[in-house]
Amino acid sequence: MLKTFPKGGVHPPENKLSAQAAIEVFPIPPQVVIPIAQHIGAPSTILVKRGDMVKTGQIIAKTSGFVSANIHSSVSGKVSKIEDVVDSSGYKRPCVIIDTEGDEWEEGISRDASLNSSIALEPKEIIERVLEKGIVGMGGATFPSHIKLNVPSGKKAEYLIINGVECEPYLTSDHRVMLEQPEQLMVGIQIIMKALGVSKAIIGIENNKPDAIETLNKLAPSYPGVSVEALKVQYPQGGEKQLIKATINREVPSGGLPIDVGAVVHNVGTAIAIYEAVQKNKPLIERVVTVTGKSLAKPSNFLVRIGTPISSLIEAAGGLPEDTGKVINGGPMMGKALSNLDVPVTKGTSGVLIIREEEASRKEIAPCIRCARCTHVCPMGLEPYLLMTVSKNSIWEKAEKNDIMDCIECGSCSYECPANRPLLDYIRLGKSKVSQIIRSRRQS
Amino acid sequence: MNKVLTISASPHSFGVDSTQKIMYGVVLALLPALAASIYYFGIGALIVTAAAVISSVGFEYLIQKYVMKVKPSISDGSAMVTGLLLAFNLPTNIPIGLVILGSLISIGVGKLSFGGIGQNPFNPALVGRVFLLISYPVQMTSWPKPIIGRMNYLDAETGATPLAVVKEGLKNGESFSSIDIPAYLDLFFGYLGGCAGEISAFAILIGGIYMLWKKIITWHIPLTVLGSMVFFSGLLYLINPEGFADPIFHLITGGAMLGAFFMATDMVSSPMSVKGQIIFAIGIGFLTIVIRVFGAYPEGVSFAILIMNAFVPLLNTYFKPKRFGEVKKNG
Repeated sequence: MLKTFPKGGVHPPENKLSAQAAIEVFPIPPQVVIPIAQHIGAPSTILVKRGDMVKTGQIIAKTSGFVSANIHSSVSGKVSKIEDVVDSSGYKRPCVIIDTEGDEWEEGISRDASLNSSIALEPKEIIERVLEKGIVGMGGATFPSHIKLNVPSGKKAEYLIINGVECEPYLTSDHRVMLEQPEQLMVGIQIIMKALGVSKAIIGIENNKPDAIETLNKLAPSYPGVSVEALKVQYPQGGEKQLIKATINREVPSGGLPIDVGAVVHNVGTAIAIYEAVQKNKPLIERVVTVTGKSLAKPSNFLVRIGTPISSLIEAAGGLPEDTGKVINGGPMMGKALSNLDVPVTKGTSGVLIIREEEASRKEIAPCIRCARCTHVCPMGLEPYLLMTVSKNSIWEKAEKNDIMDCIECGSCSYECPANRPLLDYIRLGKSKVSQIIRSRRQS
Repeated sequence: MNKVLTISASPHSFGVDSTQKIMYGVVLALLPALAASIYYFGIGALIVTAAAVISSVGFEYLIQKYVMKVKPSISDGSAMVTGLLLAFNLPTNIPIGLVILGSLISIGVGKLSFGGIGQNPFNPALVGRVFLLISYPVQMTSWPKPIIGRMNYLDAETGATPLAVVKEGLKNGESFSSIDIPAYLDLFFGYLGGCAGEISAFAILIGGIYMLWKKIITWHIPLTVLGSMVFFSGLLYLINPEGFADPIFHLITGGAMLGAFFMATDMVSSPMSVKGQIIFAIGIGFLTIVIRVFGAYPEGVSFAILIMNAFVPLLNTYFKPKRFGEVKKNG
């Protein structure tokens, strides 16, 4: 029997329309808009000014705190503006806008595609390099990767778990990367293992990607300590806590981190970015983005420079269909609806999903019939119906007591609810209120 | 690209199930039992069922429209389910007036007085049935004998149910094996006196399996109710096989099957967590056997379910699902 996480979860239609579309290198756009807040944590400090000439891969903003990341130019050209632009969050945030001129790369970056599998750097140097090259989690959470490579004192990492689950319907960027760059992935894994000092790495992949499982299984024997675990398809298996439970059967304690159970999780895209940073000296300036949708003419996977407008990706995939109702940055379960298609691709953009008009709006909300499905599908063992009720009625004490902060916002409850109740919306509201309360309590 | 785009928070994909689909799924699952009822009880089963369904849906519409002044929600199918289940809990020779009164109590008192669908603490159909049972004990306990193809309604020939026969016999000191009851296979298929929809364990099982397959219900409540009944009646039977009925007899007579699959599983009035559901179901099994063996009535499923309904808020508060990564408190 295939492994999976034991409690809760749903199985939405997979709709992996672009699974067979090989990654295409997307043309360099005439202008890029690079937000300086594209990771979790503090926005970076801008190092360039208007009129500066920059090269591809040159650092343009540097880390500004413990949780922060460097940002590099994804093209060569002239900084035309530094101003606030609406990004995928829907808010105006500071961006560096660069007009492309040619494609001249910063010295020291190897653009040679050959595999370099001998790891010369020491663990400390690897972590420094990952920090320097601005690598963040590419599964969507965009947490700066160097922090996860630093095992806090008193803790011990035993397992590296590589997230190749891609449990979001529609998205195929991780799938394609595993198929097309398996060796780079394997070397990337070895680099992370060296940095963490672990001897075991498990690549978790859902069994709806048999070709990726096969490819990596063939390679695994040549990379000591690396194994592939085929997992039963179940959303949200790509959630860190669910993946750890599925692969090594350990439960990250409530409020804790994976390292508390000896695990560190990185996405496959991140592992390849780390390979390129360490072996090729290349910063994170491009990524694979799935552009997909049922009405889209040509669902595709593109290798895109950061800062490229999403609208040009849609154009290249056949243009925005007539019946478009909603465009999502990410997958249908956790992605964010976009109000403006000119927003740039960032380090966390795993996909652009175009949803048809008829699937775009919510259905009418009906009374809760207490069917308990939300409770059954919650992978965190919470009671969404209760959390919604207490949040709706502003009973924050009860929300906290019923572990609202454990919610991972996977949306399984809202997905499953037969009465179309906006469970997750109210739980999000409750979470933000409760976290405010917790913060003010800590301060007093 | 100047299209107006919809903005909403995630998730953007939704399952296909709806309240309506669930309710009509239950209706579909009840059809085999209705067919069995018409087969064994004839025209009376059809009259009682039609009267209960029409009056339940009608009362829901009228009360919502003219008393509560809200948009009637009869299209969600829940009033239809209540009507069917009420009919299935009545004898097939009961006067139509009582059926309509039962519907009024079920819908008006059992459901809408609490606010409508999703709000009622007790199973509305059982509220109606128990009201009638207590107020009209004679009409509610005269059971037509099963006669295939019967066309008469009110003046049907009546007799005691096997549960009543056994209870009476055991009380008079007869041994269980000497009491004259139909063969178990006949009882299983529904050849016995009783309420309209409860007689055929076979037909109810078909509906129950359909609901399990369609994921309308989970196995936890029905199987635990039946298991708990087998356990407690088995315990008594092992102590004294002549003084108590055997567990199989308990399962295939009375409202055990209908109660376990259709009444105890009522979503609104059953607990939310699996732990709560198991305790709820054990309680129903236990109370049913206690009432059947030691109580005043020969049958106790309805009372057992209503009593356990009352415990649901308590069960929801104290039996939470196991949290992922629950931190054990020290000491």
